[in-house]
Amino acid sequence: MEKRIVTFRNVSFRYRESLPWVLNNVSFSINADEWVAIIGHNGSGKSTIAKLMNGLLTPQEGEILVNGTPVTPETIWEIRKNIGMVFQNPDNQFVGTTVQDDVAFGLENRGFPRKEMVKRIKQTLLQVGMEAYTLHEPHRLSGGQKQRVAIAGVLAIAPQVIILDEATAMLDPRGRLEIMETMHHVKEQHNVSFIMITHDLKEVVRADRVIVMSEGKVVEIAPPRDIFAKKEKLQQSGLDIPFVAKLVDELTKLGTKLSKEPLNHDELLEELWTLYLKR
Amino acid sequence: MDIIFEKVSYVYQKNTPFEHQAIQNLSFHIPSGAFVAIVGHTGSGKSTVIQHLNGLLRPTKGEVRIGEYILSSDQKIKELKQLREKVGVVFQYPEHQLFEETVVKDIAFGPQNFGVSQNEIEARTKSAFEAVGLSEELRERSPFDLSGGQMRRVAIAGILAIQPEVLVLDEPTAGLDPKGHREIMSMFKRLHRENELTTILVTHSMEDALEYADHVIILDHGTKYMEGKPEEVLIQKDKLQAVQLDVPEIIQFLFRVENIFGVKIPYQGQSIVDLASELNRLIRGDGSSE
Ligand SMILES: Nc1ncnc2c1ncn2[C@@H]1O[C@H](COP(=O)(O)OP(=O)(O)OP(=O)(O)O)[C@@H](O)[C@H]1O
Ligand SMILES: Nc1ncnc2c1ncn2[C@@H]1O[C@H](COP(=O)(O)OP(=O)(O)OP(=O)(O)O)[C@@H](O)[C@H]1O
Ligand SMILES: [Mg+2]
Ligand SMILES: [Mg+2]
Repeated sequence: MEKRIVTFRNVSFRYRESLPWVLNNVSFSINADEWVAIIGHNGSGKSTIAKLMNGLLTPQEGEILVNGTPVTPETIWEIRKNIGMVFQNPDNQFVGTTVQDDVAFGLENRGFPRKEMVKRIKQTLLQVGMEAYTLHEPHRLSGGQKQRVAIAGVLAIAPQVIILDEATAMLDPRGRLEIMETMHHVKEQHNVSFIMITHDLKEVVRADRVIVMSEGKVVEIAPPRDIFAKKEKLQQSGLDIPFVAKLVDELTKLGTKLSKEPLNHDELLEELWTLYLKR
Repeated sequence: MDIIFEKVSYVYQKNTPFEHQAIQNLSFHIPSGAFVAIVGHTGSGKSTVIQHLNGLLRPTKGEVRIGEYILSSDQKIKELKQLREKVGVVFQYPEHQLFEETVVKDIAFGPQNFGVSQNEIEARTKSAFEAVGLSEELRERSPFDLSGGQMRRVAIAGILAIQPEVLVLDEPTAGLDPKGHREIMSMFKRLHRENELTTILVTHSMEDALEYADHVIILDHGTKYMEGKPEEVLIQKDKLQAVQLDVPEIIQFLFRVENIFGVKIPYQGQSIVDLASELNRLIRGDGSSE
């Protein structure tokens, strides 16, 4: 049986009693090693889910388990050691006065020996392309540089679960690809489960499964191929399908028969080539 | 208002050990009424450029001219407030520009500050609130008790309410959901067209630069790397990839088609629907695209 790393059981949450519920009876589980994307319209509850996972918020109803342990005020410190999160706005998470100190912080907290710390700081800053900025102040970096440093911070601790809340939104196109590759690599190497909140459909396509949120409810959990086959439903909840899926849609209207729902350029081109050879 | 950068350099924390040159000898000219995209790698100097446009920063060297206003190292603008009424800037992180108690107060702040009449403030706040697709129940909410995308919308609405002549947008769609992204970009385009609003868009989306801008400036390490029409600049794959960028997805795809089928389908601003019929002809061997 697959090992469940995060489980939400009938979780409901509101920020204050005077405010509406923002999560409504949310249930899902995420397996160890899995790459899950969470998508949904603005205000659908994605960041709230992320904050509940590492105990920054506590649900009024339902239960959240990490690694089989219920998240409670008593367990949360232990649980947080295994979770690394990058917030939507990295300014909210910088603690160090230099880039290097900031990456060191998570390692110190987890009691890594000095030598290992130095090694990891160097390695992860290199991975995110910020090695030239080790002594800069995190608050005086450009928007994308801040995101890179925040990502280095979680890579360094290599936790069991990495949550990225729109953590690549400010990166240049190549940078975004590179970080995705790095994440993929880390996931393979360290058996990390990887939860990615994003509006970027190109990133969603690479996930194992996608959780679709709408108005505080889970409306769909499925692999990307199945998700993007339901164009109308997605568009109704303020979402969209990727370029390739749109093209496939139009090709199908013209009577081109594609055998499966291609998700990326390679898959679509391969199918088109096959059809071309059979013309 | 024409915007002119004349050999501009900017150095952060000058004369400290942390001195950092963010832009270097940068010159360009944005004519009044243009829609320009500024694109470049992380840290290439885009936000630094933008902060000159409303006088938040002054050039260390060179000169910035915005209409009749001139900024240089020895020339401070006296009419800074006037300038900020004419040039509205949406910053990269919306948190940096929100501060009022409620969402509506935040949107009303700009026009209030510039002495607009009460009736007019209310009208502008209402229309800006609607234009960015915020839902009614958020009106009296603190702008800090919002989701990331909702904050972004409030920040945009606050600038729209000022009704500036120049709209400067630093990654305005980061954090917006796909529908919000489309709607808000189309709104900017419409404002640009209908009111001849000069629009400067900093973006990492090559697709948006291609679709919305009529001129693109590419920065690399604080200098100008390329400049021109989007459909001419944004097809130069090797040059773009050399500076951490890429061609828009549709053009990436057309390059792959050319590689595999040995047939070139040129990019001519075609929609996905048009592209589908071109591909359909190609795989049926109609050859009409050759
Ligand atoms: N601190 C807060 N206090 C009160 N309400 C909040 C707070 N933070 C978020 N909310 C509300 O909770 C709902 C869910 O917010 P959340 O941040 O989880 O959305 P999201 O899916 O992450 O959206 P986005 O794509 O815009 O980041 C929204 O309607 C929002 O207004
Ligand atoms: N307040 C500051 N103090 C010192 N250096 C800074 C400051 N702000 C930016 N820099 C540096 O100046 C350079 C240009 O930064 P800028 O914010 O203009 O980049 P950008 O093109 O907007 O990048 P991004 O796409 O990541 O937002 C970067 O190397 C950055 O580290
Ligand atoms: Mg969010
Ligand atoms: Mg920037």
